[in-house]
Amino acid sequence: MIRLVALRLVFGLVTMWAASVLIFGGTELLPGDLATAILQNSATPENLAELRAHLGLDRPPLVRYGEWLTRAAHGDLGTSLSNDRDVVEEIAPRLRNTVFLAGFAALIAVPLAIGLGLLAAIWQASVFDRVINFVTLLTISVPEYLVGYLLVKYFAVRWDLFPALANVSPETDLGGRIYLTALPVVTLVLVVVAHMMRMTRASVLSIMASPYIEMAFLKGLSKPRVVVRHAFPNALAPIISVVALNLAYLVVGVVVVEQVFVYPGLGQLMVDAVSKHDLPVVQACGLIFAGAFIMLNMIADIMAILSNPRLRRPR
Amino acid sequence: MSEIEFLKNLHNAGRINRREFLGRAAAAGAGAAVLNTLVLGADAYAAETPRKGGLLRLGVGGGSTTDSLDPASWNDTVPTASGNAFYDPLIDVSPENKPLPGLAVSWEAKPGATEWVFNLRRGVTFHNGKTFSADDAIYSINMHRGKTKSGAAGSFSAITDVKKLSDTQIIITLKSADAEFPMVLTDYHCRMVPAGTTDFSKAIGTGCFTLESFDPGVRIKGRHFVNSWRTDRGFVDAFDMTVINDSSARMNALISGQVDIVNRVDPKIANLIKAKKNLELVQGRGGWHAVVSLMQDKGSMFENKDLRLAMKYGIDRTQVVKTLFGGFGTVGNDTPIPRSDPYYNPNIAQASFDADKAKFHLKKSGFAGGLTMQASEAAFNGAVDMATLMQASLTKVGLKIDVKKEPADGFWSNVWLKGACVTSYWAGRSTATQMLDVGYGPTAPWNESHYRNPKFGQLLDSARAELDEPKRKAILFEAQALMSDDVASLVPAFRDTVDAHNDKVGGHTPHALSDLDSSNITSKAWLKA
Repeated sequence: MIRLVALRLVFGLVTMWAASVLIFGGTELLPGDLATAILQNSATPENLAELRAHLGLDRPPLVRYGEWLTRAAHGDLGTSLSNDRDVVEEIAPRLRNTVFLAGFAALIAVPLAIGLGLLAAIWQASVFDRVINFVTLLTISVPEYLVGYLLVKYFAVRWDLFPALANVSPETDLGGRIYLTALPVVTLVLVVVAHMMRMTRASVLSIMASPYIEMAFLKGLSKPRVVVRHAFPNALAPIISVVALNLAYLVVGVVVVEQVFVYPGLGQLMVDAVSKHDLPVVQACGLIFAGAFIMLNMIADIMAILSNPRLRRPR
Repeated sequence: MSEIEFLKNLHNAGRINRREFLGRAAAAGAGAAVLNTLVLGADAYAAETPRKGGLLRLGVGGGSTTDSLDPASWNDTVPTASGNAFYDPLIDVSPENKPLPGLAVSWEAKPGATEWVFNLRRGVTFHNGKTFSADDAIYSINMHRGKTKSGAAGSFSAITDVKKLSDTQIIITLKSADAEFPMVLTDYHCRMVPAGTTDFSKAIGTGCFTLESFDPGVRIKGRHFVNSWRTDRGFVDAFDMTVINDSSARMNALISGQVDIVNRVDPKIANLIKAKKNLELVQGRGGWHAVVSLMQDKGSMFENKDLRLAMKYGIDRTQVVKTLFGGFGTVGNDTPIPRSDPYYNPNIAQASFDADKAKFHLKKSGFAGGLTMQASEAAFNGAVDMATLMQASLTKVGLKIDVKKEPADGFWSNVWLKGACVTSYWAGRSTATQMLDVGYGPTAPWNESHYRNPKFGQLLDSARAELDEPKRKAILFEAQALMSDDVASLVPAFRDTVDAHNDKVGGHTPHALSDLDSSNITSKAWLKA
């Protein structure tokens, strides 16, 4: 089993490396280079050449890629071009905010989705099953900014229960943070719950047709007990990977929600950096996003292996 | 906003007196009974005295994570509106675009207007305790000269030397005469910092506020500076500015009461804001205008003046103001000088859509083909719509136009100044001479239409050197008439700035230059009890 997990880790590292090539290659392909991005319309051939030499852009891409990768591996992501701040310093508070929002949303969404999915499986084809299926489909089909605006309209503007702006700052305490991020978190929960809930329900139900489940029923066990103790553990693998996908989405895909609630997260920073051609920041954000995605998927793979005795002890 | 309400705002801001207000409001159609209540309301407002204390919360659009506290780098509303809280200019601008004493108390041109002497304010201290003196002023001006990344470098290149006469007096020498040079020093980049400053992260200035925290593109906080030299500004204890670039989010923040003041109210929803009892719009008639350049080099199609005239009369300016700006603007007359400018020439006949005239000039021009208008949202929000509107009305007079939508990325480097017919914009400049020069001067690098009329250049030169105001006015009137007649560029419309605030805020008045009282809102607004 240790071998299997180690193999997964190696795969993860290889994917990470491939992502770094894509990110570097992608920014390399953008029209213009860092020097033209900095000088913009005040560029002359002379100061352009000087700045290129200063930034080391006159050397071949492969050499620069090697340097960038070594420095990134040592935790040095360079300095932002537009305001000369250290990229790590610039990103750290934003990353903390993003992780907080994603973590808070996941803390509510994952148990909620799995619980609802199990209940829907237990009461299959009941009114509850239908209603919960319909409602979650609805929330996933409506674009998230609309969900956000609707929440703002009622909960912030009409009833004045929660703030419309989630403008947390480093000094904000935990209580303040929870209060300020209430609406964005609810928006995110509504968007991700459907996928996980439906996968839980479907994968539990597919197990329910197995002979051993029939055996459990014949022993005289109740349906809830059969679903939770007998079917669910065997249905875990697909659920774990869907949960991982949704967690990854919560980290990398929340730009729109950040925009609607003016939440200072990583997505906002990356959009700003792209529009200003601040490539070191763009590369760093890309690397972090890729890393989060790969890591979550790797954890899902490993957990799927652990949850399945057949995979745990391969013959 | 109706004409009457606009006048009310002017009155509140002290820009027109009660007699003028009554006269103009009556002319705008207000009955006697209405006038009475108007005056009572307006007077009650104007008579209010500022109250000290409180936390002013602002939601401001126009910021980015790349903002910094270095005045030379400022390029949008958030850096200027926050920066003006920390730094002071040598010379300030009044709401009517006139120079006001800032850290310079008085100034005087030597005969010929190439040398200017400025007397500096005494007893002003920086946030770090240092006393403001001539050395600081010279250092701060030189920040924008020579090798610099400053946005003011263009206009400051007119300065050849800055010298200290005494601790409170400096002399500035210019390349050529400029009767309005003090207005050059009002440039929003030119702010006074202690001599030798290279690290701007502490925002050490002489402004009404000291920096509490700065999170670029997210949030800026300031606290009242106890040793501020100003007694007429700086009322609130602290301000908290949140950067909100998303228009809906900004309005939500205002309506739900999380911020007291916002800028850039979307014209589409301005009337909804106005309908709310506790909210008020502040509309500034400024110099921001839309432009369509018509590149008129030798041998190009727009060298043909009749083709330019066909376009002048073939576009529907009223429609642009109504559709694009929701009525929050005024029609342009192919000059970049707004009605709010003291040098605006009101005697030029206003061009409007006239199918017969347009057809006549099109026929006379002999131009039979079609032409392409390059439009991009990078120019301004709605530029593509504007091009489409023009296309529709020009088709009516028989001029075929293709609208080519250009991507926002790279627009300023690849399309602007290069295409023959391109949408663009100019933010207002502090003086008419500056505006005419930067966009249409015969040698100006940003002369989008390559308008090279030597007569126009001569008029600009003589206006700059003319110290006598009535004479200068006459020259600038002539220059505007000339360029409008020549159709140097199409200037279809001027857009108003629209801010909004809730009923807790006092002292929030319009400014002819830009929104949020020309970015001075933090020090000029106060909070009611």
